[in-house]
Amino acid sequence: MEGTILKIENLSAYFGEQQVLKDINMSIPRKKVTAIMGPSGCGKTTLIRCINRMHELVPGARVTGRVLLGGKNVYTMDPIIVRRKIGMVFQEPNPFPTMSIYDNVIAGYKLNGIKISREEQDRIVEESLKKVALWDEVKDSLHRRGTFFSGGQQQRLCIARALAMEPEVLLLDEPTSALDPKATSRIEELITALKRHVTIILVTHNIAQAARVSDFTAFLYVGELIEFGPSEKLFSVPEDKRTEEYLTGKFG
Amino acid sequence: MQEDVIHRRILKDRVFKGFIIFFSFVSIVPLLFILLYIIQNGIAAVNWQFLVHLPKPVGEAGGGISNALVGTCILILISCILAIPVGVLAGVYLSEHREGKLSYLARLCVEVLQGVPSIVIGIIAYVWVVLPLGKFSAFSAGVALGIMMLPVIVRTTEETLKLVPHPLKEASLALGVPYHRTILKVILPAGMSGIITGILLSVARIAGETAPLLFTAFGSPFMNLNIFKPISALPLLIFKYATSPYPEWHSIAWGASFVLVVFVLVLNLITKLVTRKWKVQF
Amino acid sequence: MEQHSSHASAQAESKPETLIQSLGKAGRSERVFRAILYISALCLVILIGAIFLSLTVYSCPSIKKFGFKFLLGRDWDPVSGQFGALPFLVGTLLTSFLALLISTPFSISISLFLGEYFREGIVFSFLKSAIEILAGIPSVIYGFWGLFVLVPLIRAMQLKLGIMPYGVGIFTASLILSVMIIPYSASIGREVIQMVPSGLKEAAFSLGATRLEVIRSIILPYARSGIVAGILLSLGRALGETMAVTMVIGNANILPGSIFSPANTMASVIANEFTEATETVYLSSLVEIGLLLFIVTMIVNMIGRHIVKKMSVES
Repeated sequence: MEGTILKIENLSAYFGEQQVLKDINMSIPRKKVTAIMGPSGCGKTTLIRCINRMHELVPGARVTGRVLLGGKNVYTMDPIIVRRKIGMVFQEPNPFPTMSIYDNVIAGYKLNGIKISREEQDRIVEESLKKVALWDEVKDSLHRRGTFFSGGQQQRLCIARALAMEPEVLLLDEPTSALDPKATSRIEELITALKRHVTIILVTHNIAQAARVSDFTAFLYVGELIEFGPSEKLFSVPEDKRTEEYLTGKFG
Repeated sequence: MQEDVIHRRILKDRVFKGFIIFFSFVSIVPLLFILLYIIQNGIAAVNWQFLVHLPKPVGEAGGGISNALVGTCILILISCILAIPVGVLAGVYLSEHREGKLSYLARLCVEVLQGVPSIVIGIIAYVWVVLPLGKFSAFSAGVALGIMMLPVIVRTTEETLKLVPHPLKEASLALGVPYHRTILKVILPAGMSGIITGILLSVARIAGETAPLLFTAFGSPFMNLNIFKPISALPLLIFKYATSPYPEWHSIAWGASFVLVVFVLVLNLITKLVTRKWKVQF
Repeated sequence: MEQHSSHASAQAESKPETLIQSLGKAGRSERVFRAILYISALCLVILIGAIFLSLTVYSCPSIKKFGFKFLLGRDWDPVSGQFGALPFLVGTLLTSFLALLISTPFSISISLFLGEYFREGIVFSFLKSAIEILAGIPSVIYGFWGLFVLVPLIRAMQLKLGIMPYGVGIFTASLILSVMIIPYSASIGREVIQMVPSGLKEAAFSLGATRLEVIRSIILPYARSGIVAGILLSLGRALGETMAVTMVIGNANILPGSIFSPANTMASVIANEFTEATETVYLSSLVEIGLLLFIVTMIVNMIGRHIVKKMSVES
């Protein structure tokens, strides 16, 4: 299972005149959890948004460099294809309020008018919900609206929705910062279980979470990649002084 | 002395409050009067015959307003078909583009359009449709009413969609859903109750409009389903019959007024219910 | 391990086939959609331009014949082909400003009632709904009621006062108009009065001021521009109001001699005579009046909304 699935080469990002990411180079290993951490404003959210080209929603956003998914540059592909291969889950759970749980999970297909048989739909929904450990809880109310649940459940629904598209990489943008501790630990368990299905990149401002859950960690500071390596090593014997200072709470 | 001054101030305060309450309730006295009058005179005239029969020539008893009822419905249909697509799409554009030259201009034009007197819109419809076609028609009236519906529909659509949270759009785009499907299948459904409210409100507004119909629909004593011919409508009938010298026509006009007022009030009520029941919680 | 990953990627590859099929269409549909949105917004702009253009073009015969004298001419005579709009300008101004005068105390009272005294509860809902219904009643019904109830009343009053008992006239029209425009200034007035920061009011109350004094010294000055905006919006409405006015103003194409004279407004003369205007200059003169109405209401409304916008920016 070794190998790099995503390679970020000389990535710099600009919002108007301001440079937010400075020449990032990173290789994301396949089927592992890579955490990206750093103090607020360091550019970690911008970084993952550049991976699935969501930064393009902001007028004035510009990017130089390449992001290679399986060898192909994401920036030369159609953004729609990119987003179907790279899924994203956001900080605030955002299930579609007008759709049932069932419809939320296969929203990626439904909204695109992709025709799949009813059996196939049922299979995808069941598999995805099982992967996020929601199936048992909701299998009897699949056709209720997706917003009538707790924050933790909504977030798991959003993860199921992203997984249903069978992406190669799953981007999680601070998925637990809006949740209570119990829901947070359930999601963390989920992340650990999910990595055998899909490569996970997790953005978090919670150092302990990164230490708990990730196999590799990247430390970002003021738009620069300071250090990147196996989590065990980075958290115990960091190479860069700034990493150490961040870990010991001197800033951030 | 101090006590005196304070007492006077308190007295002034109380008197003022009394005035405010008095004036406020006096303002709605005309409303009560009108409603009472309409109910009194109108309800006597309204019965099944009234609603189902065509108007009779002067002097003959009986007669009804069926052609006016049908006419009003047809006009509402035409104006909705003309105004809703353009209005909603323009509202979508404005909610998606907060800034920009076209947005600024379009918003300005909506404001101007809202203030244009309805009779001027009638002139425009006359010049644009009646003159080229060479005759009065339901279609020309539909154009006039459609133009009047636009500002309300555009504004409520824009306001409603602005309230749809941004993360919803992001979630859909992040799934790889293209922009047009995101708007049509995620954003618009989320804002549907607000948009429908806007449509209902604009229908209520135009249902009672007379001025733009005077020289477009023109009115007709016959039942007419051809949209390229003159057509009757409730407000037109009320105007014509109320200003006529015949008492039989006056009572028909009261009956028609009753129907019109009930229609407008019911629409407003439905609007309130739609907002309460269908509003999507975020 | 290798097998698993190739199986996974094979699965991932077969999905894109159906996905890619929809993709080519998606790119084009997206562009078409964005273009449609743009055009819809553009339609609004084109519409206003076209309205203005059409009004001007069809006014040309009249403008060419009369020029600026149109605005000052007192005679409106279809028979001789002489058209002067002064009677209607005066009629419009008189009825609108009189209506404004009559309605303002009432609308300010309602604004204060709903915005300050009874900000919630049954009384609030009742009055608010009543005002909304008032605004929703069609103009022709106001006119109808005015014709059958108000006009006889005014006639009786005129008999008592010893003046010509027309019943119809400027005064009657102003009365009806004032009732109709109350909701417009009342709702904006209420909103701005509600927006007055409670901190300011509490400071005044804690100094021992009475409600009236707080209203006079804090609320009204703060809400002043909003109230003016509401009044302007009411004015815009009054200027363009047609049906109710037509039915009770008496339809006389002469310069009104007194408040009780029958007269005509710009809107009512168009309503009355448009269908009879078969001759070019006649029709063109009526359209020119429509153009004037368009311009005047546009200016009044834009000033009003400009003030409203400035206020919401400031707050």
